Amino acid sequence: MGSKMSFDKPDPDNAFITLCREIDYQEGPLSGIPIAIKDNISTAGIQTTCGSKILKGYIPPYDAHVITLIRSAGGAIVGKTNMDEFGMGTTTESSAFGPTTNPVDPTRVPGGSSGGSAAAVASGLVRMALGTDTGGSIRCPASFCGIVGLKPTYGRVSRYGLIAYANSLEQIGPLARNVRDCALLYSCIAGYDPRDGTSLDLPAPTPLRSEIQGKRIGVPAEFFGEGVDPAVASVVQSGIQRLEELGAVIVPCSMPSMRYALAAYYVTSMSEASSNLGRYDGVRYGQAPDTVRSWHDAYSEIRRAGFGEEVRRRILLGSFALSAGYQGKYYAKAQAARQMVRDDFERLFESVDIIAGPTMPTVAFRLGETSDPLSMYLADILTVPANLAGVPALSVPCGTAHGMPVGLQLIGRHFAEDEILAAALAFEEGSA
Amino acid sequence: MVSKEDVAHIATIADIGVDESELELFTGQFNAILEYFGILDSVEGMGGATRSRSNVFRDDVVVPSLPHEEILKNSTDPEDGFIRAPRVI
Repeated sequence: MGSKMSFDKPDPDNAFITLCREIDYQEGPLSGIPIAIKDNISTAGIQTTCGSKILKGYIPPYDAHVITLIRSAGGAIVGKTNMDEFGMGTTTESSAFGPTTNPVDPTRVPGGSSGGSAAAVASGLVRMALGTDTGGSIRCPASFCGIVGLKPTYGRVSRYGLIAYANSLEQIGPLARNVRDCALLYSCIAGYDPRDGTSLDLPAPTPLRSEIQGKRIGVPAEFFGEGVDPAVASVVQSGIQRLEELGAVIVPCSMPSMRYALAAYYVTSMSEASSNLGRYDGVRYGQAPDTVRSWHDAYSEIRRAGFGEEVRRRILLGSFALSAGYQGKYYAKAQAARQMVRDDFERLFESVDIIAGPTMPTVAFRLGETSDPLSMYLADILTVPANLAGVPALSVPCGTAHGMPVGLQLIGRHFAEDEILAAALAFEEGSA
Repeated sequence: MVSKEDVAHIATIADIGVDESELELFTGQFNAILEYFGILDSVEGMGGATRSRSNVFRDDVVVPSLPHEEILKNSTDPEDGFIRAPRVI
Protein backbone atom coordinates (compact mmCIF):
# COMPACT_ATOMS: atom_id res chain seq x y z
CA MET A 1 0.00 0.00 0.00
CA GLY A 2 1.41 3.38 -1.00
CA SER A 3 1.01 6.54 1.07
CA LYS A 4 1.34 10.23 0.27
CA MET A 5 3.11 13.02 2.11
CA SER A 6 3.25 16.79 1.64
CA PHE A 7 6.49 18.59 2.33
CA ASP A 8 6.22 22.36 2.38
CA LYS A 9 8.67 23.88 4.81
CA PRO A 10 10.67 27.12 4.68
CA ASP A 11 14.36 26.65 3.87
CA PRO A 12 16.18 29.59 5.49
CA ASP A 13 19.64 28.00 5.10
CA ASN A 14 19.25 27.39 1.33
CA ALA A 15 19.81 23.69 2.02
CA PHE A 16 17.80 22.57 -1.02
CA ILE A 17 18.18 23.16 -4.75
CA THR A 18 14.96 21.29 -5.59
CA LEU A 19 12.06 20.52 -3.24
CA CYS A 20 9.51 17.76 -3.88
CA ARG A 21 6.28 18.96 -2.33
CA GLU A 22 4.12 15.86 -2.86
CA ILE A 23 5.80 12.54 -2.20
CA ASP A 24 4.61 8.96 -2.60
CA TYR A 25 6.17 6.35 -0.38
CA GLN A 26 5.61 2.74 0.56
CA GLU A 27 5.89 0.50 3.61
CA GLY A 28 9.35 -0.46 4.84
CA PRO A 29 12.03 0.25 7.45
CA LEU A 30 12.19 3.92 6.34
CA SER A 31 8.43 4.26 5.88
CA GLY A 32 7.43 7.91 5.68
CA ILE A 33 10.78 9.26 6.90
CA PRO A 34 11.64 12.50 5.05
CA ILE A 35 15.04 12.01 3.41
CA ALA A 36 17.11 14.62 1.54
CA ILE A 37 19.43 13.61 -1.30
CA LYS A 38 22.62 15.37 -2.37
CA ASP A 39 22.20 16.79 -5.86
CA ASN A 40 24.91 14.66 -7.48
CA ILE A 41 22.89 11.45 -6.99
CA SER A 42 20.60 10.67 -9.95
CA THR A 43 16.85 10.75 -9.25
CA ALA A 44 14.53 9.77 -12.09
CA GLY A 45 12.21 12.65 -12.94
CA ILE A 46 13.79 15.07 -10.43
CA GLN A 47 16.27 17.73 -11.57
CA THR A 48 19.86 16.79 -10.68
CA THR A 49 22.43 19.58 -11.10
CA CYS A 50 25.56 18.77 -9.06
CA GLY A 51 25.29 22.40 -7.93
CA SER A 52 26.41 23.46 -11.41
CA LYS A 53 25.00 25.76 -14.05
CA ILE A 54 26.16 23.29 -16.69
CA LEU A 55 23.57 20.73 -15.53
CA LYS A 56 20.75 23.16 -14.73
CA GLY A 57 17.52 21.58 -15.96
CA TYR A 58 19.00 18.08 -16.35
CA ILE A 59 16.44 15.42 -15.40
CA PRO A 60 17.94 11.94 -15.07
CA PRO A 61 16.07 9.19 -16.91
CA TYR A 62 16.97 6.66 -14.21
CA ASP A 63 17.47 6.29 -10.43
CA ALA A 64 20.82 5.70 -8.77
CA HIS A 65 20.94 2.29 -7.04
CA VAL A 66 20.78 3.92 -3.58
CA ILE A 67 17.60 5.78 -4.62
CA THR A 68 15.97 2.52 -5.74
CA LEU A 69 16.89 1.03 -2.34
CA ILE A 70 15.58 4.02 -0.36
CA ARG A 71 12.32 4.08 -2.34
CA SER A 72 11.79 0.35 -1.77
CA ALA A 73 12.56 0.79 1.95
CA GLY A 74 9.73 3.36 2.15
CA GLY A 75 11.86 6.53 2.42
CA ALA A 76 10.15 9.77 1.32
CA ILE A 77 12.55 11.68 -0.90
CA VAL A 78 11.70 15.32 -0.18
CA GLY A 79 14.32 17.06 -2.28
CA LYS A 80 17.80 17.52 -3.66
CA THR A 81 20.33 19.36 -1.56
CA ASN A 82 22.82 22.09 -2.28
CA MET A 83 26.50 21.26 -2.65
CA ASP A 84 29.82 22.64 -3.78
CA GLU A 85 29.81 22.44 -7.58
CA PHE A 86 30.51 18.79 -8.53
CA GLY A 87 31.58 18.17 -4.90
CA MET A 88 34.65 20.36 -5.21
CA GLY A 89 34.80 22.33 -2.02
CA THR A 90 34.77 22.43 1.77
CA THR A 91 32.12 25.13 2.34
CA THR A 92 29.17 24.73 -0.12
CA GLU A 93 29.97 28.28 -1.25
CA SER A 94 30.96 27.20 -4.78
CA SER A 95 27.40 26.15 -5.69
CA ALA A 96 25.85 27.88 -8.70
CA PHE A 97 22.67 28.08 -6.58
CA GLY A 98 24.19 30.27 -3.84
CA PRO A 99 25.79 29.25 -0.56
CA THR A 100 24.09 27.21 2.16
CA THR A 101 24.38 28.61 5.69
CA ASN A 102 25.10 26.74 8.90
CA PRO A 103 21.92 26.29 11.00
CA VAL A 104 24.02 26.61 14.19
CA ASP A 105 25.27 30.07 13.13
CA PRO A 106 24.00 31.47 9.80
CA THR A 107 27.09 33.71 9.45
CA ARG A 108 29.14 30.53 8.99
CA VAL A 109 29.40 27.86 6.31
CA PRO A 110 27.92 24.38 6.90
CA GLY A 111 31.06 22.71 5.52
CA GLY A 112 31.13 20.86 2.25
CA SER A 113 30.69 19.56 -0.14
CA SER A 114 27.50 17.89 1.25
CA GLY A 115 26.60 21.15 3.07
CA GLY A 116 22.97 21.19 1.98
CA SER A 117 22.37 17.65 3.26
CA ALA A 118 24.03 18.48 6.62
CA ALA A 119 22.10 21.75 7.00
CA ALA A 120 18.79 20.05 6.14
CA VAL A 121 19.42 17.48 8.90
CA ALA A 122 20.87 19.89 11.49
CA SER A 123 17.99 22.36 11.10
CA GLY A 124 15.44 19.57 11.56
CA LEU A 125 13.97 19.86 8.04
CA VAL A 126 14.64 16.15 7.53
CA ARG A 127 15.58 13.27 9.80
CA MET A 128 18.32 11.95 7.54
CA ALA A 129 20.09 12.64 4.27
CA LEU A 130 22.47 11.17 1.75
CA GLY A 131 25.77 12.84 0.99
CA THR A 132 28.89 11.81 -0.87
CA ASP A 133 32.45 11.81 0.44
CA THR A 134 35.42 12.07 -1.93
CA GLY A 135 37.88 13.67 0.50
CA GLY A 136 35.71 14.35 3.55
CA SER A 137 32.53 15.78 2.03
CA ILE A 138 30.22 13.91 4.43
CA ARG A 139 32.37 14.11 7.56
CA CYS A 140 33.32 17.79 7.22
CA PRO A 141 29.74 19.15 7.13
CA ALA A 142 28.70 16.63 9.80
CA SER A 143 31.46 18.04 12.02
CA PHE A 144 30.66 21.70 11.23
CA CYS A 145 26.89 21.28 11.77
CA GLY A 146 27.06 19.03 14.86
CA ILE A 147 25.54 15.87 13.38
CA VAL A 148 26.66 12.31 12.54
CA GLY A 149 28.02 11.38 9.10
CA LEU A 150 29.46 8.13 7.76
CA LYS A 151 31.69 7.50 4.76
CA PRO A 152 31.40 3.76 4.12
CA THR A 153 34.22 1.53 2.86
CA TYR A 154 34.98 1.90 -0.85
CA GLY A 155 32.86 -0.79 -2.54
CA ARG A 156 30.23 -1.12 0.23
CA VAL A 157 27.61 1.21 -1.29
CA SER A 158 26.89 1.19 -5.03
CA ARG A 159 28.02 4.27 -6.96
CA TYR A 160 25.68 3.46 -9.86
CA GLY A 161 23.92 6.74 -10.66
CA LEU A 162 26.33 8.88 -8.65
CA ILE A 163 27.60 11.56 -11.03
CA ALA A 164 31.34 11.00 -10.93
CA TYR A 165 33.95 13.47 -9.73
CA ALA A 166 36.79 11.15 -8.63
CA ASN A 167 35.71 7.52 -8.99
CA SER A 168 38.55 5.87 -7.09
CA LEU A 169 37.87 7.92 -3.94
CA GLU A 170 34.17 8.66 -3.58
CA GLN A 171 31.40 6.89 -1.68
CA ILE A 172 27.76 7.66 -0.94
CA GLY A 173 26.89 7.71 2.77
CA PRO A 174 24.31 8.81 5.37
CA LEU A 175 24.04 11.94 7.54
CA ALA A 176 21.68 12.05 10.55
CA ARG A 177 21.20 13.73 13.90
CA ASN A 178 22.17 10.63 15.86
CA VAL A 179 24.08 7.37 15.40
CA ARG A 180 20.92 5.22 15.32
CA ASP A 181 19.41 7.08 12.35
CA CYS A 182 22.78 7.16 10.59
CA ALA A 183 23.10 3.37 11.01
CA LEU A 184 19.49 2.82 9.90
CA LEU A 185 20.00 4.66 6.60
CA TYR A 186 23.38 2.98 6.11
CA SER A 187 21.80 -0.46 6.57
CA CYS A 188 19.32 0.34 3.78
CA ILE A 189 21.92 1.43 1.19
CA ALA A 190 24.80 -1.01 1.83
CA GLY A 191 25.01 -4.03 -0.45
CA TYR A 192 26.05 -5.54 -3.75
CA ASP A 193 25.12 -4.03 -7.10
CA PRO A 194 26.42 -5.64 -10.28
CA ARG A 195 26.08 -2.29 -12.09
CA ASP A 196 28.97 -0.88 -10.04
CA GLY A 197 32.13 -2.76 -11.02
CA THR A 198 33.76 -1.94 -7.66
CA SER A 199 30.82 -3.16 -5.56
CA LEU A 200 31.48 -6.11 -3.25
CA ASP A 201 29.08 -8.92 -2.39
CA LEU A 202 29.21 -9.05 1.41
CA PRO A 203 26.72 -9.99 4.15
CA ALA A 204 24.23 -7.29 5.22
CA PRO A 205 25.27 -4.96 8.07
CA THR A 206 24.64 -6.43 11.52
CA PRO A 207 22.02 -4.77 13.77
CA LEU A 208 23.42 -1.72 15.58
CA ARG A 209 24.79 -2.33 19.05
CA SER A 210 26.67 -0.19 21.55
CA GLU A 211 30.20 -1.48 22.11
CA ILE A 212 33.46 0.15 23.19
CA GLN A 213 34.71 -2.01 26.10
CA GLY A 214 38.24 -3.30 25.47
CA LYS A 215 38.51 -1.72 22.00
CA ARG A 216 42.00 -0.52 21.17
CA ILE A 217 41.83 3.06 19.86
CA GLY A 218 44.89 4.36 18.03
CA VAL A 219 45.50 8.11 18.22
CA PRO A 220 48.07 9.23 15.61
CA ALA A 221 50.16 12.21 16.73
CA GLU A 222 49.86 13.67 13.20
CA PHE A 223 46.11 14.21 13.74
CA PHE A 224 47.00 16.87 16.31
CA GLY A 225 49.80 18.48 14.29
CA GLU A 226 50.33 21.86 12.68
CA GLY A 227 47.18 23.68 11.58
CA VAL A 228 44.86 22.03 14.11
CA ASP A 229 43.18 24.72 16.25
CA PRO A 230 44.28 24.07 19.88
CA ALA A 231 40.69 24.63 21.08
CA VAL A 232 39.44 21.93 18.66
CA ALA A 233 42.31 19.60 19.65
CA SER A 234 41.43 20.04 23.33
CA VAL A 235 37.74 19.15 22.79
CA VAL A 236 38.70 16.05 20.77
CA GLN A 237 41.30 14.99 23.39
CA SER A 238 38.53 15.19 26.02
CA GLY A 239 36.34 13.05 23.75
CA ILE A 240 39.08 10.44 23.43
CA GLN A 241 39.48 10.49 27.21
CA ARG A 242 35.75 9.80 27.46
CA LEU A 243 36.22 6.75 25.21
CA GLU A 244 38.84 5.55 27.69
CA GLU A 245 36.48 6.10 30.61
CA LEU A 246 33.92 3.99 28.74
CA GLY A 247 36.37 1.09 28.60
CA ALA A 248 38.49 1.65 25.49
CA VAL A 249 42.27 1.30 25.53
CA ILE A 250 44.02 4.38 24.08
CA VAL A 251 47.16 3.64 22.05
CA PRO A 252 49.34 6.60 20.94
CA CYS A 253 50.67 5.92 17.43
CA SER A 254 52.07 7.53 14.31
CA MET A 255 51.03 7.85 10.63
CA PRO A 256 54.10 9.18 8.78
CA SER A 257 52.35 9.08 5.38
CA MET A 258 50.11 11.96 6.49
CA ARG A 259 52.91 14.17 5.22
CA TYR A 260 52.05 13.18 1.65
CA ALA A 261 48.31 12.46 1.97
CA LEU A 262 46.88 15.84 0.99
CA ALA A 263 49.08 16.27 -2.10
CA ALA A 264 48.38 12.65 -3.15
CA TYR A 265 44.66 13.24 -2.70
CA TYR A 266 44.51 16.47 -4.72
CA VAL A 267 46.69 15.20 -7.58
CA THR A 268 44.56 12.04 -7.84
CA SER A 269 41.16 13.71 -7.53
CA MET A 270 41.99 16.55 -9.93
CA SER A 271 43.35 14.09 -12.49
CA GLU A 272 40.21 11.96 -12.29
CA ALA A 273 38.03 15.09 -12.45
CA SER A 274 39.74 16.34 -15.59
CA SER A 275 38.76 13.08 -17.30
CA ASN A 276 35.26 12.69 -15.77
CA LEU A 277 34.14 16.23 -16.49
CA GLY A 278 35.18 15.97 -20.15
CA ARG A 279 31.64 14.76 -20.87
CA TYR A 280 30.05 18.17 -20.19
CA ASP A 281 29.91 19.77 -23.61
CA GLY A 282 26.23 20.74 -23.79
CA VAL A 283 25.48 18.26 -26.57
CA ARG A 284 23.56 15.47 -24.82
CA TYR A 285 22.32 17.57 -21.88
CA GLY A 286 22.68 21.06 -20.48
CA GLN A 287 22.94 24.28 -22.47
CA ALA A 288 23.22 23.72 -26.23
CA PRO A 289 26.49 24.66 -27.90
CA ASP A 290 26.63 27.02 -30.87
CA THR A 291 26.73 24.44 -33.67
CA VAL A 292 27.91 26.99 -36.22
CA ARG A 293 31.29 27.45 -34.47
CA SER A 294 34.05 24.86 -34.56
CA TRP A 295 33.73 22.30 -31.77
CA HIS A 296 36.81 23.44 -29.82
CA ASP A 297 35.50 27.01 -29.71
CA ALA A 298 31.92 25.96 -28.99
CA TYR A 299 32.88 23.57 -26.16
CA SER A 300 35.36 26.00 -24.60
CA GLU A 301 32.67 28.65 -24.48
CA ILE A 302 30.01 26.30 -23.06
CA ARG A 303 32.44 25.09 -20.38
CA ARG A 304 33.62 28.63 -19.52
CA ALA A 305 30.02 29.76 -19.03
CA GLY A 306 28.78 26.55 -17.37
CA PHE A 307 31.53 25.68 -14.90
CA GLY A 308 32.46 27.82 -11.90
CA GLU A 309 36.00 28.93 -11.10
CA GLU A 310 36.93 26.08 -8.73
CA VAL A 311 35.77 23.39 -11.16
CA ARG A 312 37.75 24.94 -14.02
CA ARG A 313 40.80 25.29 -11.74
CA ARG A 314 40.68 21.58 -10.88
CA ILE A 315 40.12 20.46 -14.48
CA LEU A 316 43.10 22.55 -15.57
CA LEU A 317 45.37 21.31 -12.77
CA GLY A 318 44.28 17.72 -13.39
CA SER A 319 44.94 18.05 -17.12
CA PHE A 320 48.36 19.50 -16.30
CA ALA A 321 49.21 16.69 -13.84
CA LEU A 322 48.40 14.09 -16.51
CA SER A 323 50.10 15.89 -19.41
CA ALA A 324 53.20 14.62 -21.18
CA GLY A 325 56.34 15.28 -19.16
CA TYR A 326 54.53 15.75 -15.83
CA GLN A 327 52.64 12.46 -15.38
CA GLY A 328 55.61 10.80 -13.66
CA LYS A 329 56.27 13.79 -11.42
CA TYR A 330 52.69 14.16 -10.16
CA TYR A 331 50.24 11.31 -10.87
CA ALA A 332 52.63 8.36 -10.54
CA LYS A 333 54.16 9.81 -7.35
CA ALA A 334 50.67 10.44 -5.95
CA GLN A 335 49.82 6.74 -6.48
CA ALA A 336 53.01 5.70 -4.67
CA ALA A 337 52.10 8.03 -1.78
CA ARG A 338 48.58 6.62 -1.78
CA GLN A 339 50.01 3.14 -1.28
CA MET A 340 52.05 4.48 1.66
CA VAL A 341 48.82 5.71 3.28
CA ARG A 342 47.22 2.26 2.74
CA ASP A 343 50.31 0.60 4.23
CA ASP A 344 50.17 2.87 7.28
CA PHE A 345 46.53 1.97 7.96
CA GLU A 346 47.26 -1.73 7.45
CA ARG A 347 50.17 -1.58 9.90
CA LEU A 348 48.17 0.36 12.51
CA PHE A 349 45.16 -1.96 12.25
CA GLU A 350 47.37 -4.89 13.23
CA SER A 351 47.53 -3.44 16.75
CA VAL A 352 44.43 -1.23 17.06
CA ASP A 353 40.73 -1.65 16.21
CA ILE A 354 39.82 1.98 15.52
CA ILE A 355 41.77 5.16 14.80
CA ALA A 356 40.50 8.39 16.40
CA GLY A 357 41.21 12.07 15.97
CA PRO A 358 39.53 15.34 15.01
CA THR A 359 37.38 15.30 11.84
CA MET A 360 38.36 18.85 10.88
CA PRO A 361 41.26 21.01 12.10
CA THR A 362 38.92 23.93 12.86
CA VAL A 363 35.29 24.78 13.51
CA ALA A 364 33.10 26.10 10.64
CA PHE A 365 34.56 29.09 8.79
CA ARG A 366 32.71 32.36 8.40
CA LEU A 367 31.07 32.82 4.99
CA GLY A 368 33.63 34.23 2.56
CA GLU A 369 36.46 33.81 5.08
CA THR A 370 38.83 31.85 2.82
CA SER A 371 39.20 32.67 -0.83
CA ASP A 372 42.69 31.27 -1.40
CA PRO A 373 42.29 27.74 -2.86
CA LEU A 374 45.41 26.20 -1.30
CA SER A 375 44.40 27.34 2.22
CA MET A 376 41.01 25.77 1.63
CA TYR A 377 42.53 22.47 0.43
CA LEU A 378 44.62 22.29 3.64
CA ALA A 379 41.40 22.02 5.68
CA ASP A 380 40.92 18.47 4.27
CA ILE A 381 44.14 17.09 5.72
CA LEU A 382 42.45 14.91 8.39
CA THR A 383 39.70 13.46 6.21
CA VAL A 384 41.51 12.52 2.97
CA PRO A 385 43.58 9.60 4.37
CA ALA A 386 40.42 7.44 4.76
CA ASN A 387 39.46 8.07 1.11
CA LEU A 388 42.96 7.28 -0.16
CA ALA A 389 42.91 3.96 1.71
CA GLY A 390 39.20 3.23 1.10
CA VAL A 391 38.55 2.57 4.80
CA PRO A 392 35.28 3.58 6.54
CA ALA A 393 35.21 6.69 8.70
CA LEU A 394 32.57 8.66 10.58
CA SER A 395 32.21 11.94 12.41
CA VAL A 396 30.25 12.12 15.67
CA PRO A 397 29.68 15.33 17.67
CA CYS A 398 31.99 15.59 20.70
CA GLY A 399 31.53 19.11 22.06
CA THR A 400 32.01 22.73 21.04
CA ALA A 401 34.88 25.18 20.54
CA HIS A 402 34.35 28.92 19.96
CA GLY A 403 30.63 28.14 20.39
CA MET A 404 30.59 25.86 17.31
CA PRO A 405 30.31 22.04 17.00
CA VAL A 406 33.42 19.85 16.89
CA GLY A 407 33.43 16.33 15.41
CA LEU A 408 35.32 13.27 16.63
CA GLN A 409 36.46 11.12 13.69
CA LEU A 410 36.51 7.33 14.07
CA ILE A 411 38.21 5.34 11.30
CA GLY A 412 37.87 1.55 11.00
CA ARG A 413 39.25 -1.40 9.06
CA HIS A 414 37.87 -2.10 5.59
CA PHE A 415 34.19 -3.11 5.92
CA ALA A 416 34.19 -2.54 9.72
CA GLU A 417 31.36 0.04 9.58
CA ASP A 418 29.51 -1.95 12.25
CA GLU A 419 32.48 -1.61 14.63
CA ILE A 420 32.88 2.18 14.29
CA LEU A 421 29.10 2.71 14.48
CA ALA A 422 29.03 0.58 17.67
CA ALA A 423 31.82 2.70 19.18
CA ALA A 424 30.10 5.93 18.08
CA LEU A 425 26.82 4.78 19.67
CA ALA A 426 28.61 3.98 22.95
CA PHE A 427 30.25 7.41 22.81
CA GLU A 428 26.96 9.16 22.06
CA GLU A 429 25.14 7.31 24.86
CA GLY A 430 28.06 7.91 27.24
CA SER A 431 27.99 11.62 26.44
CA ALA A 432 24.26 12.03 26.97
CA MET B 1 57.15 27.41 -12.40
CA VAL B 2 54.32 27.51 -14.91
CA SER B 3 53.79 30.57 -17.09
CA LYS B 4 50.63 32.25 -18.34
CA GLU B 5 51.34 30.62 -21.69
CA ASP B 6 51.46 27.16 -20.07
CA VAL B 7 48.07 27.74 -18.44
CA ALA B 8 46.62 29.02 -21.73
CA HIS B 9 47.97 25.91 -23.50
CA ILE B 10 46.39 23.53 -20.96
CA ALA B 11 43.11 25.47 -21.19
CA THR B 12 43.11 24.90 -24.97
CA ILE B 13 43.78 21.17 -24.56
CA ALA B 14 41.07 20.83 -21.89
CA ASP B 15 38.52 22.96 -23.82
CA ILE B 16 38.14 25.24 -20.83
CA GLY B 17 37.61 28.85 -21.80
CA VAL B 18 39.70 31.18 -19.63
CA ASP B 19 39.41 34.99 -19.70
CA GLU B 20 42.60 37.05 -19.98
CA SER B 21 42.07 38.40 -16.45
CA GLU B 22 41.70 34.86 -15.10
CA LEU B 23 44.95 33.70 -16.70
CA GLU B 24 46.94 35.89 -14.33
CA LEU B 25 44.97 34.68 -11.29
CA PHE B 26 45.17 30.97 -12.25
CA THR B 27 48.90 31.17 -13.01
CA GLY B 28 49.69 32.55 -9.54
CA GLN B 29 47.43 30.00 -7.83
CA PHE B 30 48.83 27.10 -9.89
CA ASN B 31 52.38 27.94 -8.89
CA ALA B 32 51.45 28.01 -5.18
CA ILE B 33 49.53 24.70 -5.48
CA LEU B 34 52.22 22.98 -7.57
CA GLU B 35 54.87 24.09 -5.08
CA TYR B 36 52.84 22.33 -2.38
CA PHE B 37 52.54 19.21 -4.60
CA GLY B 38 56.36 19.29 -4.79
CA ILE B 39 56.38 17.37 -1.51
CA LEU B 40 55.65 14.28 -3.63
CA ASP B 41 59.18 14.56 -5.10
CA SER B 42 60.50 13.02 -1.88
CA VAL B 43 58.28 9.91 -2.24
CA GLU B 44 60.45 6.88 -3.05
CA GLY B 45 59.48 4.72 -6.04
CA MET B 46 56.63 4.96 -8.51
CA GLY B 47 53.11 3.54 -8.70
CA GLY B 48 52.42 0.64 -6.39
CA ALA B 49 48.72 1.38 -6.19
CA THR B 50 47.76 -1.92 -7.79
CA ARG B 51 49.47 -4.11 -5.20
CA SER B 52 46.33 -4.95 -3.26
CA ARG B 53 44.03 -5.05 -6.28
CA SER B 54 42.71 -7.81 -8.46
CA ASN B 55 40.49 -7.69 -11.51
CA VAL B 56 37.07 -9.32 -11.34
CA PHE B 57 35.56 -10.30 -14.68
CA ARG B 58 31.95 -10.88 -15.65
CA ASP B 59 30.25 -12.14 -18.79
CA ASP B 60 29.22 -9.50 -21.29
CA VAL B 61 25.45 -9.90 -21.19
CA VAL B 62 23.31 -7.72 -23.43
CA VAL B 63 20.48 -6.03 -21.51
CA PRO B 64 17.95 -3.42 -22.71
CA SER B 65 19.16 0.16 -22.59
CA LEU B 66 17.09 3.28 -21.90
CA PRO B 67 14.49 4.17 -24.56
CA HIS B 68 15.69 6.50 -27.32
CA GLU B 69 13.15 9.22 -26.48
CA GLU B 70 14.19 9.22 -22.80
CA ILE B 71 17.79 9.91 -23.77
CA LEU B 72 16.87 12.73 -26.15
CA LYS B 73 14.71 14.50 -23.54
CA ASN B 74 17.71 16.25 -21.99
CA SER B 75 19.19 17.48 -25.24
CA THR B 76 18.18 21.05 -25.97
CA ASP B 77 18.64 20.71 -29.71
CA PRO B 78 17.63 17.26 -31.06
CA GLU B 79 16.65 16.81 -34.71
CA ASP B 80 14.95 13.79 -36.33
CA GLY B 81 15.95 11.53 -33.45
CA PHE B 82 19.57 12.71 -33.50
CA ILE B 83 21.59 15.02 -31.29
CA ARG B 84 23.18 18.01 -33.00
CA ALA B 85 26.85 18.75 -32.35
CA PRO B 86 29.14 21.56 -33.49
CA ARG B 87 30.99 21.11 -36.80
CA VAL B 88 34.25 19.14 -36.55
CA ILE B 89 36.07 20.70 -39.51
